[in-house]
Amino acid sequence: MASKIYDCIAQIGNRIIENKEFLTELDREIGDADHGINMARGFTEVLGVLDKDSEDIGALLKKTGMTLLSKVGGASGPLYGTAYMQAGKVCAGKTALTAEDGKAIFDAVIAGIQKRGKAVKGEKTMLDAIMPAYEAYTAAIDQGASIQDALDAMCKAAEDGVAFTKTIIATKGRASYLGERSIGHQDPGATSATITMEAIRDFVKG
Amino acid sequence: MKKLINGVDNVVDEMLRGMAAAHPEYVERVEGTDVMIRTGAKKTDKVVLISGGGSGHEPAHGGFVGRGMLDGAVAGAVFTSPTPDQVYEAIKATECGKGALLIIKNYTGDVMNFEMAADMASDEDIEVAKVIVADDVAVENSTWTTGRRGIAGTIFVHKIAGAKAEEGASLAEVKAVAEKVIANVRSMGMGIEPCTVPAVGKPGFELEDDEVEIGIGIHGEPGTHKEKISTAEATVDQLLDKILAEGIYGKGDRVAVMVNGMGATPLSELYICNLEVSKVLADKGIVVAKTLVGNYMTSLEMAGFSISLLKLDDELEALLNAPADTPAFRQF
Repeated sequence: MASKIYDCIAQIGNRIIENKEFLTELDREIGDADHGINMARGFTEVLGVLDKDSEDIGALLKKTGMTLLSKVGGASGPLYGTAYMQAGKVCAGKTALTAEDGKAIFDAVIAGIQKRGKAVKGEKTMLDAIMPAYEAYTAAIDQGASIQDALDAMCKAAEDGVAFTKTIIATKGRASYLGERSIGHQDPGATSATITMEAIRDFVKG
Repeated sequence: MKKLINGVDNVVDEMLRGMAAAHPEYVERVEGTDVMIRTGAKKTDKVVLISGGGSGHEPAHGGFVGRGMLDGAVAGAVFTSPTPDQVYEAIKATECGKGALLIIKNYTGDVMNFEMAADMASDEDIEVAKVIVADDVAVENSTWTTGRRGIAGTIFVHKIAGAKAEEGASLAEVKAVAEKVIANVRSMGMGIEPCTVPAVGKPGFELEDDEVEIGIGIHGEPGTHKEKISTAEATVDQLLDKILAEGIYGKGDRVAVMVNGMGATPLSELYICNLEVSKVLADKGIVVAKTLVGNYMTSLEMAGFSISLLKLDDELEALLNAPADTPAFRQF
């Protein structure tokens, strides 16, 4: 039987692959029409190379990051590759995760993406989904909410973040050259990040 | 689409194999990668220079691998940045204890992928530095960049930093001279016919029969505007005006000029353009110390050209004139 961490990553990967056309279509409107194609290619490779039986969360996340890095290309490859590799560092040697580990993962992922992409919140990027999600998750955990409720709050904030990206001008990434024409379109990176978080929530909730 | 290929999926691989077959005395391919390195690279005992980017810009970048220029070149898919693992392989295959300088053109994907490779190398205790070339004055921001694009002026960085490294300079010194080139080089291009990325199968943009795109990028990205085609003189004047408006080049300055073909421009036309470049610079009292005319940084079969000006000081001029021996640039 495959390990839990493998099943979780597989759930993320399958959701990304299912949304290949949708993500690519979003990218066609404000980018270069390859986000879904590139991410799906990356996760197809990930699902093929991961050790299904390994319970080493850090090792599997690191391998996922390295694989995305070498297969996705463009800007998404380095950004998602960094995110998974940073998460892998936090989880090194772990075979189970706590709600507090979740915060540490978020911290490392956000720091890694910001270092790589040099973006801040409000530039119409994946951070506009991930940062509010982090805040909502942390607030819920700190108030003593259950992990399920905290993950629900996280996903709600991420979805609101995606909606927010429709209202703002892109100042980072390939959509930035569109200027005001980028308004009205949701960011593909924020969308794939939200799909990722929803897959994690659904996996944890079973 | 009419192309001399055997299949759109094999373009980069077969180009690299063909190149390795043509120039075994200069370059070899690192097995299992899309990296070209100097034949016998590990024996150089100097700072190594790595560059690269999407394919489709030949002879850049593999054509400039050799003595006095690059040590390794990384080829991505056509017009797509190579991935960090490939850049990392180039560093590992060439670096010999003195450090590596990554020469990156300013495109979002290129910068991220090369920086990640630098981080990976640093984790292995390899000393890595990077410079980012952003010489295109046409637009402040474009489809693939945040900030100005890196285009043909990059070749001057390869040449001059390469010569500095060959002298046995330290990584900090090689990086410093590369940054001096970057500070003093500006370029601008234009296109008269589009190009077709093999995997896409149709031209990346369209121009009417009598129309040109001024300020075009090396991937066919939009420039400042489209206009009716004019004479070579008027076209050169327009590009040079924008370059000279940077305020870098003044009366009495010595400069190097590059008139670079985009892929499908006859050399005759490039020389006609260069005639006007030389006239305009002479009128302004700017001294042309060296001129390069040819296909250095192309854009598949796009027709059009770019002009690059590099202001020289004694150090840059001496390094520019130093010997180099590569498949696409030889000077003795």
